[in-house]
Amino acid sequence: MRALFAFLAGGIFGAGLLISGMTDTRKVQGWLDIFGDWDPTLAFVMGGAILPMAVAWRITQNRTPALGGLFPPPPEPRLGRNLVIGSVLFGMGWGLSGLCPGPSIASLSFGGIGGGVFVLAMVAGMMAAPALRARLDPAPKGA
Amino acid sequence: MQADWIWGLAGGGLIGIAAALYLLVNGRIMGASGIIGGLADGSAKGSAATERWAFLAGLFGVPTIIALLMGGSETHLTGNLAVVIVAGLLVGVGTRIANGCTSGHGVCGISRLSLRGMVATVFYIGAGGLTVVVFRHLLGAI
Repeated sequence: MRALFAFLAGGIFGAGLLISGMTDTRKVQGWLDIFGDWDPTLAFVMGGAILPMAVAWRITQNRTPALGGLFPPPPEPRLGRNLVIGSVLFGMGWGLSGLCPGPSIASLSFGGIGGGVFVLAMVAGMMAAPALRARLDPAPKGA
Repeated sequence: MQADWIWGLAGGGLIGIAAALYLLVNGRIMGASGIIGGLADGSAKGSAATERWAFLAGLFGVPTIIALLMGGSETHLTGNLAVVIVAGLLVGVGTRIANGCTSGHGVCGISRLSLRGMVATVFYIGAGGLTVVVFRHLLGAI
């Protein structure tokens, strides 16, 4: 049951990424490129995604997930060095390629060799991250 | 194209519905980097790993089918594999050190007014914008 709904969520997420144009690196880089021919699409995608999710967070109050367990705890108040360092590194890679983790998987079948190479490099980076994270800031991290 | 923002809003709505479903039914935050990263570094085990693989199967499978029905789709990713590798490494390391990416910190964090989500989003968009400006307009490399 958990796997079925995870598959559904992943599928709807992927459909949304494709339909919104977020698997097209030109649109993502076009949004980041404020000195070029600026493309506002990403702002609409973000806005469209945040609205239903804000409603969902409201629904979680005083309830438990449909399949049992507990909802995620409130976000960690502490910001920490890792949040800033990691986000800057991520943003550099995102700007260079126009890809972030979700769209890189969603576009894997039509992204050519480059798309596959990107995912392999990203997974390698993720495997290396725990050691780096502990070295930068050993404090526990929140979502 | 003028209709791009409508598709953006509609696709964004689907992304939000997917995140809402994953939260309300499975009780989890839909963060792509966390889902992939937990499998990559082996921290997700057993049924938690199965759940993540199922999510990734949907994330890969559904756009694959839609793209086939549409007669293909194009990512316009740079052909420079050195840039692709460096970018992939940075995205992988960065999202795991920051513990989130565009979906986790951006969509799921901002929608619950998480300060961490908002700060992360400011920094990855700032760094992304600066990177595009430097590499496109100053160096002409991308």
